[in-house]
Amino acid sequence: MRTLHTFHGGIHPATHKAQSNQKPIAQAALPSKLIIPLHQHVGNSAKPVVAVGSRVLKGQLIGVPEGHVSSAVHASTSGVIAAIDMQQVAHPSGIPDLCITLIPDGRDEWIAREPCDDWKALSHTDLRHRLRDAGVVGLGGAVFPSDMKLYSHKHKIKTLVLNGAECEPYITCDDLLMRERAAEILQGAEIMRALLYAEEILIGIEDNKPEAIAAMRAALLDGNHQGMEVIAVPTVYPGGGAKQLIRVLTGIEVAAGVRSTNLGVQCFNVGTAYSAWRAIRHGEPLISRIVTATGNVAHPQNFEALIGTPMNELVAQAGQLPDTTGYIMGGPMMGVMMPALHVGIIKATNCVIAASNKLFPPPAPALPCIRCTRCADVCPAELQPQELYWFAKAKNLGKAQEYHLFDCIECGACSYVCPSNIPLVQYYRFAKSEIWAQEAGKKAADAARERHEYRENRIEREKQEKADKLAAKEKAALEAKAKLALQPAVAPVNQNTDPEDTMQLKIQAAIDHAKQQAAVIKPKNTEQLTPQQQAEIAEIEARRTRIRELALSSVNEHTKE
Amino acid sequence: MPGFFSPFITKPDSVSQIMLKVLLALIPGIALYVWYFGPAILVSITLASLTALATEALMLKLRNRPIAPFLKDNSALLTGWLLALSIPPLAPWWLVVVGTAFAISVSKHLYGGLGNNPFNPAMIGYAVLIISFPVQMTQWLSPHGMGSVELGFIGQLNYIFLGVFPEGIKLDALTMATPLDTLKTQLHLDGHIKEILNMPIYGRLAGHGSEMVAAGFLLGGLYLLATRIISWHIPAAYLGTLFAVAGIFHLLDPAHYVEPTFHLFSGAAMIGAFFILTDPITSPTTHRGKLLFAFGAGLLTYLIRAFGGFPDGMAFATLLMNICVPLIDAYTQPKVFGKKEQKP
Repeated sequence: MRTLHTFHGGIHPATHKAQSNQKPIAQAALPSKLIIPLHQHVGNSAKPVVAVGSRVLKGQLIGVPEGHVSSAVHASTSGVIAAIDMQQVAHPSGIPDLCITLIPDGRDEWIAREPCDDWKALSHTDLRHRLRDAGVVGLGGAVFPSDMKLYSHKHKIKTLVLNGAECEPYITCDDLLMRERAAEILQGAEIMRALLYAEEILIGIEDNKPEAIAAMRAALLDGNHQGMEVIAVPTVYPGGGAKQLIRVLTGIEVAAGVRSTNLGVQCFNVGTAYSAWRAIRHGEPLISRIVTATGNVAHPQNFEALIGTPMNELVAQAGQLPDTTGYIMGGPMMGVMMPALHVGIIKATNCVIAASNKLFPPPAPALPCIRCTRCADVCPAELQPQELYWFAKAKNLGKAQEYHLFDCIECGACSYVCPSNIPLVQYYRFAKSEIWAQEAGKKAADAARERHEYRENRIEREKQEKADKLAAKEKAALEAKAKLALQPAVAPVNQNTDPEDTMQLKIQAAIDHAKQQAAVIKPKNTEQLTPQQQAEIAEIEARRTRIRELALSSVNEHTKE
Repeated sequence: MPGFFSPFITKPDSVSQIMLKVLLALIPGIALYVWYFGPAILVSITLASLTALATEALMLKLRNRPIAPFLKDNSALLTGWLLALSIPPLAPWWLVVVGTAFAISVSKHLYGGLGNNPFNPAMIGYAVLIISFPVQMTQWLSPHGMGSVELGFIGQLNYIFLGVFPEGIKLDALTMATPLDTLKTQLHLDGHIKEILNMPIYGRLAGHGSEMVAAGFLLGGLYLLATRIISWHIPAAYLGTLFAVAGIFHLLDPAHYVEPTFHLFSGAAMIGAFFILTDPITSPTTHRGKLLFAFGAGLLTYLIRAFGGFPDGMAFATLLMNICVPLIDAYTQPKVFGKKEQKP
């Protein structure tokens, strides 16, 4: 028996998982349209490579990764590109982002795929390229391009942790995926292990998912997976956080700002392993994922949904109840409220919870902090949330950082237990964004200062160059004068020419120069215009006058109002 | 509308419920108080409660704060109860009213209300009263069967509100010094501990009657521990320190220093350990800080009791340690996740 470690704190909210994990994964119906954002992952937005009106096939590349950290985006089904424009996306801000709208043609016609029977024959570089081209990103929520996490030197990484903990209430997509597609998850994990040169694979699943644990263990029995273990971990939120799961399974604490790979561990979600397998073995890009549709619905269930499926079309299939007020993407602890019901499902969408006032009553008004430190008792990062709250509230950002603000993983456990109903996580998010804004401001100021200094330098240099030129000219003039003076050979050689003389010379030269310039830039062709040209000018003038009048009258109207 | 930001769920817990549980935990101690000393204490508690709520409402109104949510938080009630329990039950009504009103208005609201007061309001109320009205504050009721005469409940009410006694009865006949006070006085008179403790006012562990009240508070305190309203750090460190220091002195000179158990069950030690020092607003937030805070309070309580001018040291020990809380917090910040020395 493996000895498990624990992490500090944690909470035990009602899981609400039994609502949605009773039925098998259903194939979601083909939606009326797909709204596929080009920025679904960490890093740069993908660049669209299709034109409006063109027909695309299922799995066809429609957005190419741009830059180092980016990921590919594909058409989730065959159909016609209806629009490439800014639309609301699955982000609480409601700020529109570039999306490709695809109208399915109903044929669901695949592009030619490139399956691979023996991935071990492929080079590691090739494998990583295939993953990048297939748009495989972390499906646990971080959506970091997976190929970038699969670089390693030999013997650097000992343990590959596969995260099947799924600690958030309501969400059961990984649970069902593990129950139904365990073998493929393990195959994907083998690819990851090979790329990382990892010795062991530890699969952590919270012990409230006995079916998933059994299915994964059964899949292990085929004998092809040495050094791989399915481990039941205690059910405690946020036990599915990567840092927390790594701690529980290996005892290693990955501090904020430290890469787990430097401590010999890499962590992937089980869904990512599954998608990696589909991408390598079958050549299928990441165009669908398992999404739990639950909450205020009649038949909560998991669906295999195409990326881009409007959320309301998916939730409708689970029987949305009429008093639904909105959708939460993710779980109730860390999920985000959607700005609209029709936003498209993205690669990070593990769960859509239909919210209602009954399920999620509006928060009670916040009372002052009574320093009860229940928040500190449950903080998995072992912070003192009450201190961070006071510093954030007082905008004492330096002190907040000193008290490890950026070690906060925003799991929300502190807000959950706060008897004063203080939205603690909001204060931390605020403080973090303030600090980021300040840093950005500082960077901008630094850049501006550098630019300014450069400009000053340049002006100084140009001045110097001008002065040098002038000096050279003067010298030449002097020499010429000296030559002239020398010619009669009578006049004494005056090396120290009268400065007035040089001034005169200079002025004369400048006047000549100006005359020449004036001759060159004299306006041309204004006297001998053709009648056609004159008519055109008159027309333009008339139009200008009209515009001015209009502008004036509108200003007057405004002032009247 | 549900909230706009996660988390969308919260634990059904509130300040009001926490305070209510603390009030409930005081009931065993109060019940034993009534059993041994008569119902006069219930009058003080009622008076203190009404004064606390009225003062709270008035101060909230003056500060332009919403009144209803804060009145419902039960914190003012708790202050009132704790103060009433620190005042002799047979005290004139205005003593309770003045103390409670001062505690709520000055030591709570002038500092910014709930959550912002650096000092325990009940202890400030007690300190003000014992300095301003030392005579009234030391006239404690004798337990049943101890005094030369006993006053019925009606008689007690008559004294509390009207200041009159039935013919022929004097206040001195009804009241006496507390066990701690008696011990101190007798020791000054060169009494020997053994002889002093043979006096009828002493029971098995400490004062007759009052030791049982302390046991009642201990019981309530265990309930608070079990329900995780408080953590073990402060009561354990406080009682442990008091016991240890008293024990050392007792071992060195048993004739002049009483047994440590006497200290634990005397005066405000028990109610202080579980109900007063554990006030989250005026105690440190870190575990190490709580230990340090309670250690200091235990030491000061003993020093004041054994060598100071006041019969009990609990209130002043609390207030003195309250001053240190920000400092203690700043210097006892624990290491965070991943930044400790990693065990191999």
